[in-house]
Amino acid sequence: MYDVAVIGCGIIGANVANLLSRCDLRLVVLEKENDVSMGTTRANSAIIHAGYDPEPGTDMARLNVRGNELTRKQCEAYHVSYKQIGSLVLAFDEADEKTVEKLYANGCANGVPGLKILSREEVLKMEPNLSPEVRTALYAPSAGIVAPWELCFALAEAAVKNGCEMRFNSPVEKIEVIEGGYRLTTPTGSVDAKVVVNAAGVEADQVTGLVAAPSFTTQPNKGEYYLLDKSQGETVHHVIFQCPNKDGKGVLVSPTVHGNLIVGPNASPCERGDTATTPEGMAFVRKMAVKSVPGVSFRDNIRNFAGVRANSTASDFVIEETKPGFITLGAIKSPGLSSAPAIAEDALKLIGRTLVLKEKPEYVDSREVTVFRHLTPEQKAEAVRKNPLYGRVICRCETVTEGEIVDALHGVLPPHTIDGVKRRCNAGMGRCQGGFCGPRVHEIIARELGMDPKDVLKDKAGSVIIIGETKGGTL
Amino acid sequence: MTKIYDVIIIGGGPAGLAAAEAAYNNGAKDVLILERDQTLGGILNQCIHNGFGLHYFKEELSGPEYAGRFIELVNKTNVEVQTDTMVLDITPEREIHAVNGQKGYQILKSRSIVLCMGCRERTRGAISIPGTRPAGVFTAGAAQRYVNIEGYQVGKRVVILGSGDIGLIMARRMTLEGAKVLACVEVMPYSGGLTRNIVQCLHDFNIPLYLSHTVTKIEGEGRVERVTVQEVDANRNPIPGTEMIFDCDTLLLSVGLIPENELTRAAGIQIDRRTNGPVVYENMETSMPGVFAAGNVVHVHDLVDYVTAEAQKAGAAAAKYAIAGEPEPSRHITVKNGNAVTYTVPSCIRMENIDKSAEILFRVNRVCGASVIQVMSGETRIAGFKRERLAPGEMEKIILPRVLLDKAGEEITIAIEEA
Repeated sequence: MYDVAVIGCGIIGANVANLLSRCDLRLVVLEKENDVSMGTTRANSAIIHAGYDPEPGTDMARLNVRGNELTRKQCEAYHVSYKQIGSLVLAFDEADEKTVEKLYANGCANGVPGLKILSREEVLKMEPNLSPEVRTALYAPSAGIVAPWELCFALAEAAVKNGCEMRFNSPVEKIEVIEGGYRLTTPTGSVDAKVVVNAAGVEADQVTGLVAAPSFTTQPNKGEYYLLDKSQGETVHHVIFQCPNKDGKGVLVSPTVHGNLIVGPNASPCERGDTATTPEGMAFVRKMAVKSVPGVSFRDNIRNFAGVRANSTASDFVIEETKPGFITLGAIKSPGLSSAPAIAEDALKLIGRTLVLKEKPEYVDSREVTVFRHLTPEQKAEAVRKNPLYGRVICRCETVTEGEIVDALHGVLPPHTIDGVKRRCNAGMGRCQGGFCGPRVHEIIARELGMDPKDVLKDKAGSVIIIGETKGGTL
Repeated sequence: MTKIYDVIIIGGGPAGLAAAEAAYNNGAKDVLILERDQTLGGILNQCIHNGFGLHYFKEELSGPEYAGRFIELVNKTNVEVQTDTMVLDITPEREIHAVNGQKGYQILKSRSIVLCMGCRERTRGAISIPGTRPAGVFTAGAAQRYVNIEGYQVGKRVVILGSGDIGLIMARRMTLEGAKVLACVEVMPYSGGLTRNIVQCLHDFNIPLYLSHTVTKIEGEGRVERVTVQEVDANRNPIPGTEMIFDCDTLLLSVGLIPENELTRAAGIQIDRRTNGPVVYENMETSMPGVFAAGNVVHVHDLVDYVTAEAQKAGAAAAKYAIAGEPEPSRHITVKNGNAVTYTVPSCIRMENIDKSAEILFRVNRVCGASVIQVMSGETRIAGFKRERLAPGEMEKIILPRVLLDKAGEEITIAIEEA
């Protein structure tokens, strides 16, 4: 019997698994998809919020501010792409100015460091490409940008290095109460565990529903985005928000950690798992973005995507022991990514009611990774001398080498798909969107993992790329 | 001491090969080609159809055969070649930083450089097609690589968006491999490809071409399951009520090519927003003295034969620069695009480099019937060239003799006058 089974390996599940793996416990993570970070974690604004949005006194307020600090430390320890660039909330009229003042007061009450209300002149000096219509802005220096999938992957990888088991393609279909714990049934077999942590994201209410009446219902809500070419990455230098409204934090314009410009999202109710972009959603994003930054160059778009938020009937995050030893981490809407490590701390306290959590004398809390494009010329020369595969550039847009891809494929949490390689190494994330490197990455995956090229998928189950061989024939 | 090359050529596709051969034949002694792929030839290696070389060799060759002719020519010279070598950076001091598994990290020096990096395909993101993001959406060139180089089939029921030449070629190729190509859809009211490809790749296989139509939705979770095609109005907005649904497993995109100029931009070389390539002079020199450019990295060509001709010009000029340096400057004539002309290459003619004549290449932005290409200097007509028909899919060339240029002022304009 496992001590703890974590359901779901998005940013919440990965954080919980990561913390638990430092303790002397038998752990398993059950992930319904074929890789980590496949839900909301991979498709969101990628912002680590400062924490002025939530109402003081809520879990969200406390966890956001704490999570902001913890995320920064995690990114440092695991060498995850993160930049503390600060955020601006722009006010365009009197009502907005009142909102900005309210957010400032919230933030002070929540303990957000360094908040300041800037004058029009100050904000335009910081960001000359903003609309001259701006009147004031709330500046929050502790806001940051991150690669959420990379952080999720790094946390999960460390958990695995510390002995946590990871089972993919394992959606939990049935939960039974057994003596001393729970039995979870999945298509890949059943798992018995003393404690279950439900971190199933948008599906968290349904998973809890397998064992008890959930206290909330997820109301999935879609956000659509534009991702612009790196040539546009310096359009702004902070996360540029508009004033929040009832649907969320509104359309933002921000650099990404990879140097692109991200623009979005809208907010529209949707079915679970509906990540299709729509003409209406994209038109809305374009219309709203130019209100903040009139010169956003949508002709330099390289990709549109959409993610689903786990909005819900609950006003706060749901962090509860639903039944003895069954912990629900649900309704994790924005600022869920920013709060994730702090949510995991809360979860551990709840787990501590059932299990004795004793830290292991030794555990891995670091990550070694070679990112060729970040090296100096001397370091690059040295890397190629040690391993000639670092001298072969596969993804020309992002300068990703065969060495990095091979490293990932032989890591403790290897990708099996083209998009899995993309999330770990950045190959295919650039302006040609894998047009050149896709077939080469495909070949490397098949070669290194001993797979038939026909079995190499683009992404989720069913995303077949090649359907057979071309006609044969003799010369 | 570090070796200093006369000419380093970045890219070993058709432009790079022709530039190297021309540089060598014009007196450059130490010439080096840096090619990122494992073999020379560039994108021609996956273009196994025929039709290459009709102008240059007066023969109909396949892509690999055309590349092969030039590889043989280069092999007869002492031009050095490094394959599997990626150029990471060109510094403002004209140092080339390149990486290669065997030779490691190299910093190379050269008296002149020719940029021949080619172009890349526009992707789904560039045109923001709504819908899901399943497997089965390929740029035509990526699909061509899977089929022709890797030997894999990428789909059975195919819709092609865009009527650029690669899309048309792939319509025929996929059909020959047993796939059913349901439609070729083009947002503009005319095709972006060569007329001969429309005939030989679509008409000959009864593949319908929907002009003024586009794909407005992609559906499917794992793999593409269907796409929606709609007619568009004059502003390219979809017209409600014109939806056609195609059940298909593949969508190929042939929606334009973009010159690949990341190195060029990083080096601080001036870019022409009309072509997305570097601004070039009459001899293909860029805004950085001693750095030349040729082929699709400058502007997207229709035929490889013209890439060859342009690269030979650039290679010869690079050799001359390496040997003799820049000539004394004299009079400059700026070349502007007028009515119906999208861009011109070059955008400036330096008379000190003109012996007998200057070539001007350009494209038109719409289909024109019987027309005259007017070359104007202010109100004065310098020259006129008659054409039966002009189309955006086909590159145009005019040759201006020096005697006419001598009559021009500081600026000439190329404009189309329809009959």
